[in-house]
Amino acid sequence: MSIEWKDYAPGEFYDELFSAPGTPREPAKALISYLESFSDEDINSRKTAAESTIKEMGVSFTVYTEGENIDRAWPFDILPRVISKQQWDKTAAGLKQRLKALNMFIDDLYHDQNIIKDGIIPEFVLKQSTNYRKECEGFSPPFGVWAHICGTDLVRDGDGQFYVLEDNLRVPSGVSYMLENRSIMKRVIPEVFEKVNIAPVGDYPEHLFETLAELSPRDVKKPVVVVLTPGIFNSAYFEHSFLAQRMGAELVEGSDLVVGEDECVYMKTIAGLERVDVIYRRIDDMFLDPEVFHPDSVLGVPGLMRAWKAGNVALANAPGAGVADDKVVYAYVPQMIKYYLDEEPLIPNVETYLCYDDEQRAYVLDNLDKLVVKPANESGGYGMLIGPHSTKKEREHFAELIKANPRNYIAQPTLALSTAPTLVGKNKVEPRHLDLRPFVLQSRNSYVTTGGLTRVAMRKGSLVVNSSQGGGSKDTWIVDTGTGKD
Amino acid sequence: MLSKVAERIYWSARYLERAESTARLVSIYDKLLFDLPRRVNLGWYNLIVINSLEDDFNQRYSNRDERNVVKFLVGDDTNPCSIVNSLKAIRENIRTTRDVVPADTWEMVNELSMFVQDNMAQGINRSNRHEFLETIIKSCQQIVGLLFVNMMRDEGWDMMRLGQNLERADMTTRNLDAALAAMLQVEEDEYSVNSRQIIWGNMLRSLNADQQFRRTMRSSIKGTPVVTFMMGDEQFPRSISYCLNQIVARCDHLPKGKDVIECTKAIKEEIDRDLEAEEFGAEFRDDLNELQVSLGELHGLIQKTWFLSDQ
Repeated sequence: MSIEWKDYAPGEFYDELFSAPGTPREPAKALISYLESFSDEDINSRKTAAESTIKEMGVSFTVYTEGENIDRAWPFDILPRVISKQQWDKTAAGLKQRLKALNMFIDDLYHDQNIIKDGIIPEFVLKQSTNYRKECEGFSPPFGVWAHICGTDLVRDGDGQFYVLEDNLRVPSGVSYMLENRSIMKRVIPEVFEKVNIAPVGDYPEHLFETLAELSPRDVKKPVVVVLTPGIFNSAYFEHSFLAQRMGAELVEGSDLVVGEDECVYMKTIAGLERVDVIYRRIDDMFLDPEVFHPDSVLGVPGLMRAWKAGNVALANAPGAGVADDKVVYAYVPQMIKYYLDEEPLIPNVETYLCYDDEQRAYVLDNLDKLVVKPANESGGYGMLIGPHSTKKEREHFAELIKANPRNYIAQPTLALSTAPTLVGKNKVEPRHLDLRPFVLQSRNSYVTTGGLTRVAMRKGSLVVNSSQGGGSKDTWIVDTGTGKD
Repeated sequence: MLSKVAERIYWSARYLERAESTARLVSIYDKLLFDLPRRVNLGWYNLIVINSLEDDFNQRYSNRDERNVVKFLVGDDTNPCSIVNSLKAIRENIRTTRDVVPADTWEMVNELSMFVQDNMAQGINRSNRHEFLETIIKSCQQIVGLLFVNMMRDEGWDMMRLGQNLERADMTTRNLDAALAAMLQVEEDEYSVNSRQIIWGNMLRSLNADQQFRRTMRSSIKGTPVVTFMMGDEQFPRSISYCLNQIVARCDHLPKGKDVIECTKAIKEEIDRDLEAEEFGAEFRDDLNELQVSLGELHGLIQKTWFLSDQ
């Protein structure tokens, strides 16, 4: 017995691997025919092999429960998600376009604010943004780029089209899992990699290092690049150490750094102090520098903002870049692309209702049971209302919240997120909803990961893919079919 | 190299050495007790005494029997020196220095931790203990081997060797002390010569030193040559003199190493003075105690020179 693909029924949703029951899409054909040769036992043993590989490799993430940190093994599904190269190339171009426009927007906001003067974006959107940093006004980072690393969440709706769901411009995480997912797959089903033309993903750390090294204020051959982590108790610590290791950069905590009287940043080494050129910081703005932001932050480095503003150290992402990581600003990205680049957006936004607009708010309040309501500045899937799954009491609560602070809420239609076959229970394959987070880099040049991190909601019917809330992940294959068909 | 990274590598090496030595000590101790005549009253609790863990142990257990001692040394997470805790410390330190040690180190340490966790219950029982401890010893050696073959000979290496050699020197003093303590329990009678030989022989085996001792000293196993070998031999990797020489060599390679070198050389002179005595009896245990204190001070100086982040 092997998997009965004829019984696999994705229903009304767009399925990533099947166009109809029993009919795989072009790029997934080779994979599916290969999987058909697997017996139940084969599949089970590969699944077990994946689980023990994850444990041995120590791929984990941290969950906070009742004040305790629990290191959990990374939840992983061995059936990959497959996308054709033709389609991916178009998507990648759209992602670069989007980040370019977002960076021009941030730079504009901290200088002349032409986009507001020209009436494209209303002024109060900016005035009330919690991530706008007055301290950054007038600063000009290298290449005019503020957000060097962006994790863009893409979803596919029922029509099979990719939409941007959100732009993560603060400290997006997940890329290490994308890389580890691939190493797991290579150990678990190595034969398939010989048969299918799967684009490699492993060059991300090199591109990240180049992107960061380009920012060095000193013109030296080997700029000193460090990864600044909040420490081992942070949920993304695994990723911080992983990236430092792959880039050959030092992994530092705030207490390892000091700002000298010359307003340069130094790290404490066994030989004394050594100058640091570029900091890939994985801590939030508000904890960066106790002199400027939270005065009681022990994660940051006193004087770091002075050093940055003096141009003596580069910070990636730059402080203040998060101003564009706001769901109200998100709604204006298509206009930004036209305004700054004079181009049509290559990837559309999900339709978004802005609650500060009287007409749109009225629509949202009338249709709470159909919409997804999100606060403008939260991440990780917290503080949301998913209308169709909500109770009357929850809807009433959100109606109050929206009326009290309309600027802080947006609403979107409930998407028919695409699905992919996922192993559930013993050798059973069922459709599960998923999204995709590619990572986009920009400094002198731009780069997009080959595919990205596919996150999947492991519970039947669930749309929540966050690993902190029961989500899992899959390897993402960009496959060149050579036929030009999607 | 970041001070913090240097410190973590140093500690990883110390704990790695400690886990292996502890496993070795427990696995040899069994055999020692089997071999000695029944009238020699040597208890398992001795292992607690030589590791200076009396307080921790007595807080936890009232019965000083084999099971409790082995459990305490191998699997007790309230004992800071237990194998389980040493592995935990290695794992945390390697996890935070994955960018400096060879890539496979993390996986190997992780595998070993999982093995110990999964097999602890059986491992403490006498019937499976030998195999359990052997696996731990071999895995530790595998990790050390990986470091030796693959590690860059940079400051990370120096720190690794400092930690390893300091821990070794300390462990050797404790092993000597254990043997001397056992010796004092042997009463003068027709079996006493034999018993002394068994005790010294087992101590040598616990430090993987018996063959090397015979070849170098060409002597039967007796107190004076054993102590001379374990403290003063310049070629045997677990002798205290050898460990101290290695520390000096690594410090030569490190910035700001002068004070540590001086301190280490002073300890070597201390050893030479100790070895001038021809007999190593009860008073010699005081010398060993002082030596342990000196090694503790050396650790403090290493810490002050390279790890303190308020430089």
